[in-house]
Amino acid sequence: MSRQKQKKLGTILLLLFMLIPLIIAVFPLLALTLASLKPSTELMRYGLNIKPQFELWSLDNYTYLFTEGRVYFHWFKNSIIISLFSTVLALIFSSMVGYSLAMYRFRGQGIVMFLVLLIMMIPFEILMLPLFRMMIWLKAVDTYAGVILPMIIHPLAIFFFRQYSLGLPKELMDSARIDGCTEYGIFLRIMLPLLKPAYGAMGILLALFSWNNFLWPLVVLRTKEMLTLPIGLAGLLTPYGNNYDVLISGSVLTVLPIIIVFIFAQKYFIESLSAGAVKG
Amino acid sequence: MRQDSNLITKSGNVLKNVVYSPKKSLFYSQRLAPYVFIAPFLVIFFGFYFYPVSYTIIMSFQEILPGQIRFIGFDNYARLFNPTFYKALYNTTLYTFWTIVILIPLPLIMAIILNTKKMKAKTFFRACIFIPSLTSTIVAGVIFRLMFAETETAFANSFLSFFGFDSVNWKQNGATLMFLMVGLASWRWMGVNMIYFLTGLQNIPKEMYEAAEIDGANAFNKFRHITIPFLKPVTVYVLTITLFAGYKMFEEAYVFWEINSPGNIGLTLVGYLYKEAFQYNQLGFGSAIGVTLLVIVAILGFIQLKLTGFSSNGGK
Repeated sequence: MSRQKQKKLGTILLLLFMLIPLIIAVFPLLALTLASLKPSTELMRYGLNIKPQFELWSLDNYTYLFTEGRVYFHWFKNSIIISLFSTVLALIFSSMVGYSLAMYRFRGQGIVMFLVLLIMMIPFEILMLPLFRMMIWLKAVDTYAGVILPMIIHPLAIFFFRQYSLGLPKELMDSARIDGCTEYGIFLRIMLPLLKPAYGAMGILLALFSWNNFLWPLVVLRTKEMLTLPIGLAGLLTPYGNNYDVLISGSVLTVLPIIIVFIFAQKYFIESLSAGAVKG
Repeated sequence: MRQDSNLITKSGNVLKNVVYSPKKSLFYSQRLAPYVFIAPFLVIFFGFYFYPVSYTIIMSFQEILPGQIRFIGFDNYARLFNPTFYKALYNTTLYTFWTIVILIPLPLIMAIILNTKKMKAKTFFRACIFIPSLTSTIVAGVIFRLMFAETETAFANSFLSFFGFDSVNWKQNGATLMFLMVGLASWRWMGVNMIYFLTGLQNIPKEMYEAAEIDGANAFNKFRHITIPFLKPVTVYVLTITLFAGYKMFEEAYVFWEINSPGNIGLTLVGYLYKEAFQYNQLGFGSAIGVTLLVIVAILGFIQLKLTGFSSNGGK
């Protein structure tokens, strides 16, 4: 009996302990959401606090986003287009490399693997200056292509697809070959469907990277209508606080879609992250 | 291995002389296929990685003015010996140190608790603690700037005044700004690192613990002799990415001060690179900062891997 009680007490203590990181994690986002309901002048004067002032609450900031804050929608659209294209292209190219590294033995295989690891080590920040000059030369400054191009190879994704492909049934390859299927047909028609969970997991992670990416879009994008959400929002962070209405409600709308996706696809998020840690 | 025209089936039977039409055979051959698969990767690697790295190194020895470029030897590197660079290096190193101190032990403890049998509602806790990682540094920065605003009524300062302390000008001084930057990074990364450690914990075979229990090991012994050794590869991975991310830090400082902060209290190495290259158009000097960063990261990475004895299959 007392042992049972002890166990229960332990559980309660653990729950209470874990409540601390839980509150630290969730509270700021809740506070931001509540703040987005208040007039921006209020925020400027008092900063972010948690006093519930129901009489001040309204959706004014959001209607402003939909009506006068039009540029916000450009940013939203740009972020979606850039995330979509860089994710899809990165998935295609990375899965091809990962797949061939796992399923074939060929001359230079070791070198390719080494190059993948090398890319992981090189900080992107160092490539920035020559890449920027290259974008000027390619006339890709201030275009979607300029942001997307360097992002279509992702070493972590290649690694992930290699690990995942190692588990594919190689016998299927042989029997498909006998049936006259080409190597590319094997990949597209037989292996691709088997790789679906891998595409799901990596797709979500790459889309998140791209959605939140900051430094490279900051360098490449110039005009106000071409900016992505993080860059646009960062520009609103002035010391004068005159943009707080768009800034706060805009920030909430930036995070919200991702949190919704996360709630439904939690398993995929966690899986794709785990792949990096175990094989790292 | 010269069996292009033969196919070997699973059972080892060789099907002789499978005929391909000569034009198709090369592109469709099993030997060429992998190269076709990796071709786009190689193009991108040489275009967007190999070329830029080489070019950065070359530029770091040049003075680049509109219309004329000349080699100036190590002059750009000699210019690095200045107080601004030291400040950037100091800030970056301190930031990296604190993120490592916080972002390894705390997520580990949380992962261990979430992995115990006694714990309830594990998925709920895991998901909630992970949520901050979904935000961009900018959105997190917006939140931090509002919560740690200078006014007395902002969350952090009203918290302090509740306990009888004076308000703090969080952004304005070096130590509190460092606290904000480290706090921001910790808030966003805690959940990710926790997931890494959880994965590592779940990969430990249960039989190990059972066997240890039979041998009479207590909780501490099990932790010391099973959990820690098994978690080593994950810990090395987390340490590596934290170290690299620390030295590459830019956004966490940018959200508080953009590029120019009073007394450079928010200047990092990448911030310095960005400032010199894009604000002052000093491409050569900017490249020298970049190359120095690469060397620092490479050396630290190497030392760290030597000390921790990196082995990719240590846990298996």
